Amino acid sequence: MKHLILYFAGLLFGFGISMSGMGNPAKVLNFFDVAGTWDPSLILVMGGALVTTFIGYRVVLKRPAPAFDAAFHLPTSRVIDARLIGGSAVFGIGWGVTGFCPGGVLPVLSTGAPSVLLFTGAMIGGMFAARALIQARANRNPGVAGPNV
Amino acid sequence: METEFTPLASLIGGLLIGVGTVLLMWTRGNVFGATGILSGALVGPDRGWRLTLLAGMISGPWVYKLATGALPAVQPTVGMGVMVLGGVIVGMGATYGSGCTSGHGVCGMARLSPRSIVATLVFMVMTGVTVYVIRHVVGG
Repeated sequence: MKHLILYFAGLLFGFGISMSGMGNPAKVLNFFDVAGTWDPSLILVMGGALVTTFIGYRVVLKRPAPAFDAAFHLPTSRVIDARLIGGSAVFGIGWGVTGFCPGGVLPVLSTGAPSVLLFTGAMIGGMFAARALIQARANRNPGVAGPNV
Repeated sequence: METEFTPLASLIGGLLIGVGTVLLMWTRGNVFGATGILSGALVGPDRGWRLTLLAGMISGPWVYKLATGALPAVQPTVGMGVMVLGGVIVGMGATYGSGCTSGHGVCGMARLSPRSIVATLVFMVMTGVTVYVIRHVVGG
């Protein structure tokens, strides 16, 4: 039952990405091109997702625990540091070059588009290279946190 | 390349992304961050639920095809070499930054997490600057 609901949660996400155009790099990049071929659609995607999640989380997180687990697993780090800001800036550059972000690209893997497959393969390589670098630094410095995504 | 403004489809799509995100929190108590779900599905002690979630995610375009008759459009604007380079950059940046558009931009913002608000502002601005430079400074 739990896995059926989880599958459905993923399906809603993937269907929403497909319907909204978040899996189409040309459309995503046009949101950021206010000075050119502007397409404001993305603000409705992010806005719609954010408002729904904001309200839904308030309802769900009032419960003592999720339906199928003993406790919620919420991120606990509160640190705003160079790693957070630098990483996010680098992510933004990559998103701006390609128009693909992880949440947008994963559902459309099943379209088999060569650009999607190449991008995702390279992205996984980048993720594990970064994890190895972060882990190596954490091993050298006991105060540094390991990879947390 | 011009794309058509699709207010209704994009709003409903966004609402559905939100419902899926809330459903994961209700079911298992996790944030719906694509970067963490992918890395956790590939390695780590707790892969099963993430693989189930990914299976649902990649079913999305085909259920969309059943409903509308066509797979969602995927129109790349750069060549394959740039795509690979960009993929590495996105993967590294999202890992160092502890999240991406879904994890920080939707889940973290909805929780009013200061880290996620900062991260989202930084990547949205950097993406905008990157697009502007590529299209109007370099390519202008």
